[in-house]
Amino acid sequence: MPFIANTDADRQEMLAAIGCANVEQLWEKAAVPAPTSDFSMLPPGRSEYEVAKHVTHLAGKNASELVCFLGMGYYDHFVPAAVSEILGRPGFYTAYTPYQAEASQGTLQAIFEWQTAICRLTGMDVANASLYDGGTALFEAMMMAMRSTRRRHVVIAGAVSPIFREIVACYSANLDCRITTVPSVDEGSKQDALLAAVNDDTACVIVQYPNVFGTIEDWTACVAAIKARGALAVCAAYPTALAVIKTPGECGFDIVVGEGQPLGMPLSFGGPYLGYMCTTSKLMRRMPGRIVGQAKDASGRTGYVLTLQAREQHIRRAQAMSNICSNENLCALCALAYMTLLGKQGLVEVAELCMSKARYALEQLSAIRGVRRVGTQPFFNEFVLELPQDAAAVSGRLVEKGIAAGFPLGRYYPQRQNQLLVSVTEKRTREEINDFAKSLEAVLWN
Amino acid sequence: MELIFNQGAAGRRGVRLPKCDVRPFGANELPASLRRATAAALPEVSELEAVRHFTLLSRRNMGVDTQFYPLGSCTMKYNPKINERLAALPGFTDQHPLLPQLRHGEALCQGSLAVLYETERMLSELMGFAATTLQPMAGANGELTSVMMFAAYHKARGDQRRTVMLIPDAAHGTNPASAAMAGFDCREIASNADGDVDLDALQAALGDDVAGIMLTCPNTLGFFDKNVKKVIELVHQAGGLAYCDGANFNAIVGRVRPGDLGFDAMHVNVHKTFSTPHGGGGPGAGPVGVAERLLPFLPKARVVKRADGSYGLDYDYPQSIGYIAPFYGNFGVLLRTYCYLVMCGREGFKRISENAVLNANYVRSRLAPYFEQKFARYCTHECVLSARPQTRFGVHALDIAKALLDAGFHAPTIYFPLIVPEALMIEPTETESKEMLDRFCDTMIEIAKKAESDPEAIKRCPLNMPIGRLDEVAAARQPVLIAPNPAADN
Ligand SMILES: Cc1ncc(COP(=O)(O)O)c(C=O)c1O
Repeated sequence: MPFIANTDADRQEMLAAIGCANVEQLWEKAAVPAPTSDFSMLPPGRSEYEVAKHVTHLAGKNASELVCFLGMGYYDHFVPAAVSEILGRPGFYTAYTPYQAEASQGTLQAIFEWQTAICRLTGMDVANASLYDGGTALFEAMMMAMRSTRRRHVVIAGAVSPIFREIVACYSANLDCRITTVPSVDEGSKQDALLAAVNDDTACVIVQYPNVFGTIEDWTACVAAIKARGALAVCAAYPTALAVIKTPGECGFDIVVGEGQPLGMPLSFGGPYLGYMCTTSKLMRRMPGRIVGQAKDASGRTGYVLTLQAREQHIRRAQAMSNICSNENLCALCALAYMTLLGKQGLVEVAELCMSKARYALEQLSAIRGVRRVGTQPFFNEFVLELPQDAAAVSGRLVEKGIAAGFPLGRYYPQRQNQLLVSVTEKRTREEINDFAKSLEAVLWN
Repeated sequence: MELIFNQGAAGRRGVRLPKCDVRPFGANELPASLRRATAAALPEVSELEAVRHFTLLSRRNMGVDTQFYPLGSCTMKYNPKINERLAALPGFTDQHPLLPQLRHGEALCQGSLAVLYETERMLSELMGFAATTLQPMAGANGELTSVMMFAAYHKARGDQRRTVMLIPDAAHGTNPASAAMAGFDCREIASNADGDVDLDALQAALGDDVAGIMLTCPNTLGFFDKNVKKVIELVHQAGGLAYCDGANFNAIVGRVRPGDLGFDAMHVNVHKTFSTPHGGGGPGAGPVGVAERLLPFLPKARVVKRADGSYGLDYDYPQSIGYIAPFYGNFGVLLRTYCYLVMCGREGFKRISENAVLNANYVRSRLAPYFEQKFARYCTHECVLSARPQTRFGVHALDIAKALLDAGFHAPTIYFPLIVPEALMIEPTETESKEMLDRFCDTMIEIAKKAESDPEAIKRCPLNMPIGRLDEVAAARQPVLIAPNPAADN
């Protein structure tokens, strides 16, 4: 089933037209060497029907009935059906990078609208089309800060997702930069320690908002102090929370990035996701990635084009701001469609439902003997529970009861062996939360 | 078209959410210092308004499903619909990526892990490598992964001098950009009169500071470099490693395995060779195959098959370069790849590359008399022509591209590779029919003739598109990147 249109007769005619007796001669003339394998390890090709049956069977081998309290940056939010219908429009998904603006106004206008929507959500001036995911976006933000300040030291809060921090560590391994990680304490980021780590060579301080433990911290004063030292303030923000919490723009952040998955993308076992990036007008020309701008044609009509391309790899090559080429365009469109369908009120309601259910869950879970919340600061839809036993073992037993209870933090924070990060979205019902509490109690005390 | 922000009305909405079944907690209960001042000015439209807006927008795009899209170096082949349907199965889309990290969690994801494991194995077989990582989220990300492994390899051997990456002048811009991101300095290698790597230039550039070479195979001129084995051999002799940019793998898939040619690593764009949709600019995926000696440096986590036949994830690779992606790569894209791999199977790929090469050479032979061929030789999956003859009449590659849009074709890639002036890089792919290629060639020939008889008409194109040529210079001078916000917070 390789989807080939040419018939044998077509092939004969074409071979004759190009002066080849047969395909083997064409390969020779094209200087392509002879095969070195018979590819016997590959299975024989199969029909669409057989493949559908086989792959549907594989989908059935995944556990599907789990009730999800897992989050840590990637959330089980409700997605309206219209989102996938929009993404399934062939004009969107079977096109490529909009190099030919006249043939790509759909994609270009959609990216312009996405840039607008994410700026309005974050309270920032400008945004790019997309980056691969939240973690690589954070790395790109760090690079951008080093370019802008010509400094080589980076301070990062331990309360930034360890998944993001591992990506940053990987990508920066061969670069001339030093990273200082400031350990978290309880549910917080330790703002005073972050500031104390800033020196004259610090390019940026990176925090997460709300932080990885779900805590909403007030960054305004800290950001001002960071900037007073000549460093940039960078945050990774959970976009759903931004519907109700003070915007990063208002807090004064210079660069805001994050994982866009909560804006309408399925969890899909780790991707494709969406790295977003916003910044101030001042730093616009230091931003990596594709950017769409408004333009006029000769008769004065408004259209959209890829712009500020002098920053990019196809022009600047080794001096480009990033190597990114294909990005996550369809995911940005997904986020735009999601934000459009939810709308101004709907996104606030999603955030409020998350907060309401999370507070109910905390109430029920912390009523269990030996279970308490770590810390007391305000949170969004995630909180850390201290359990009387090893959290990995407890969550393992809850999985057997059909509940993905949360993430045991000990995997990344050795001193947090008994801590469980619980996340609650608008999809969880009172009944599911009650059942979770009952099951946790049973696992702990029966 | 009107922006979505200028449609609808205050208070209108597209989606209803479930009633709150617990004590409601309103945003106004957050401490004032943490609270958002005013709601974000997102659209306020009905579901119909939203759907109609985006449907109309989608019709202002050309795509493979509606047009011949011979964008060179991008392999705009047909995207099989069954892949879309299977990738949307809830059994796959609902899986949280942290599930396998829970105790006994791997048992919950056997379907997804099987897809990843088998995809890796099949790609390794097709590319001729010991193993493959599926983590890279695009081609450029795969390039970076590859050269980062090169850096780790040299470092592990205590060889600290190797700071230079060799890059032929025909390379895609992502190659030097990726090398720079991995901390290398780039040294450019000239092409020779045949469009292959110039062996003398290569010899001159080699030294004990060279970490490796990034070679596109087949190259961006659409040629299979006749010296490829020699190039790899010379680089190896000098202590360097050889990476294959496999963006053009569609030309040789099912026939030549770059691993067998001696390459140490290679990325492939599954959104090219393996039929996953381009999405208007991603998401794609850029799996990387590696030879034996790079195995220890592969990114984490690695998907493994355990003794009991179950699939799992291993993290214990002390020399690994670490985490390229947050989890296991762009799973949804890799799942489509898997579907395509099992559908095409053992015999399918040979037919794919054969027909891709045949189609490209057919177009080349029909158009060569009307345009310039800088290098007159048989090509592989794409042909690079030049509009230099047309410049005599003041018509450039860009004008020809716009005239094609008016005629209902997407344009080829233009002005790349940089070493061909006025480049028109045409990649028909194997999924197009001879009739379509003939229609395209007829149109190109008409345009070439018109360029001579009435050049101004070509320079006015496009006239049939939703918009005319846009003033990009003005757009970059005074960038407008977002719509004005009528309800600005300040
Ligand atoms: C030769 C070549 N290398 C690398 C890339 C980069 O691939 P991606 O856009 O998937 O990052 C491309 C894509 O256009 C290409 O044509």
